[in-house]
Amino acid sequence: MTTFLQQVINGLSIGSIYALMAVGYSLVYSIMNFSNFAHGGVIMIGSYIGFFAMTVAGVPFPAAFAAAALGAGLVAVVVEKAAYGPLRQRKAPFLYYIISAMGASMFLENIVLATIGPDFRTFPNVLGSKPFQLGELMIGRLDLAMFLISSVTLALLVYFIEKTKTGMAIRATSYSERASALMGVNTEKVIFIIFIIGGALAGIAGILFGMKYTVFPTMGNITMKAFIAAVFGGLGSLPGAVLGAVLLGIIETMTSAYLSSTWRDLIAFGLLIFILVVRPSGLMGKNNEDKA
Amino acid sequence: MDYINGMIALIGINLLAVLGLSLLTGFTGLFSFGHAGFMAIGAYLTVWFSMKLGVNFYAALLLAALITGGVSLVIGRITLNLKGDYFIIATMGFAEAIRLILDNFQAFGGARGWPGITTHTNVVNVWLINLIGVVILVNIIWSRHGRNFKAIREEELASQIIGINVFRYKMISLMISAMYAAVSGGLFAHYMSFIQPKMFQIIKSTELTIMVIFGGMGSVSGSIIGAIILTALPQVLLSLDAWRYVIYGAAVIFIMIARPQGMMGGFELTPAQIKGKLAALKEKRTKKGVA
Repeated sequence: MTTFLQQVINGLSIGSIYALMAVGYSLVYSIMNFSNFAHGGVIMIGSYIGFFAMTVAGVPFPAAFAAAALGAGLVAVVVEKAAYGPLRQRKAPFLYYIISAMGASMFLENIVLATIGPDFRTFPNVLGSKPFQLGELMIGRLDLAMFLISSVTLALLVYFIEKTKTGMAIRATSYSERASALMGVNTEKVIFIIFIIGGALAGIAGILFGMKYTVFPTMGNITMKAFIAAVFGGLGSLPGAVLGAVLLGIIETMTSAYLSSTWRDLIAFGLLIFILVVRPSGLMGKNNEDKA
Repeated sequence: MDYINGMIALIGINLLAVLGLSLLTGFTGLFSFGHAGFMAIGAYLTVWFSMKLGVNFYAALLLAALITGGVSLVIGRITLNLKGDYFIIATMGFAEAIRLILDNFQAFGGARGWPGITTHTNVVNVWLINLIGVVILVNIIWSRHGRNFKAIREEELASQIIGINVFRYKMISLMISAMYAAVSGGLFAHYMSFIQPKMFQIIKSTELTIMVIFGGMGSVSGSIIGAIILTALPQVLLSLDAWRYVIYGAAVIFIMIARPQGMMGGFELTPAQIKGKLAALKEKRTKKGVA
């Protein structure tokens, strides 16, 4: 029982990072209806910004977070302007967005590889390593921080989307872009905002992920997991993305603990295929004729 | 010279996979980000037949292609009802699953790979197989079936209404493209003399799709040009190291923005056309000479 609960805790901590990434993915999908494969690159850049802010510039931990979030948000917007904006003006089919996103992902990954190099870098340990004890359960300081930071960030996001006027514009645009535009919503601005938000979340996820493991140019591949989580929960649905991410995190840690860690990724992709076959709209997605 | 030979062989190997994908993507309108998975199956099966069971290389390629075609039908049965993004994600998921299974399959060397494969692949047999591949593909495209593929690409619902069995044609298209990918994988394995599941990651699948789109969808000659340019480009820019993939990424975005119809934009460059152009040129010259 203790092992089981311990795995739930580990699963929640990794799942909360997946959630930050998956929400960024889903946010873009809900408005623009395509899978933003450049998201991984943005996460990686955010992680590097946080890393250099802490090691080279020597700023404190919270300031590094702000820098990573801001920097990644900016990168996401630049990618949007350069790679998707011109396609939007032409009303190109979704495939062109996906290929363009692939190109952007390749660009970001290799520009870091060419300038910073392929080394794995370790974040300085600012939180201390003594875990909290809860009965027989151990909660790592970093794991707790990951969970808390993700929860607070996601709570702020929910507040923003549900309670503010801009949030209402985002919801309206995701429902129908054309109708919202006719009602006076500036959809260009909405797209700008979702990329800023998605990028900032990616930056925070990147710095947390980098602290948990290491920073390296191909770390963006981890977004495959976030992507599975988003599909699992229902592409385009934010609560779905969070639920899918947390469940995926727990399923993964359970697989590692009870089966074998070599099976972890296979189970994740198996889950993806299973969901696509059985219920393509995911756990909480809208049922849409176009999907199945 | 060896370097040039190697590059020409590598172009041919990629081209074969791109030709198959051209039928699926360019002519049927289905986008796959998972054909590296079919390449992986083809590569491992070919090596298994030729190295472990002692089957003749060409027979091994053929057997691997047939089995991979069968596998693709199973995958198609499950995924071809999905649309757009969801089909792409599903093909990606399957390709990754195949790679991860190979990673854990110790009889085939697991993640460490399979070394010591005899090299059978050379420039001559690669390009002969490509020639056969082109002839088969062109014949399919110009047949009644080819028109059905194109009809599905243009208007799926209308095709269904005029009596085309859309699902069946999608299955056929997927199967043929998977078989091309399998042969390409087999040739690749016997060219590199070493294979590893890592060689067949998502990035390989996307590279193939990018080649089709770069060349121009719905154009066989476009696919050929796309495969040649995009395989040669990183090799030519070898001295630039990591920067060449920065350029590659930027080039992909640029093509999507500036010339989304690709290099050929759906037009074909056939031998007959080239001959006609040359003849016209000659005529012009002789006319000028007379004048």
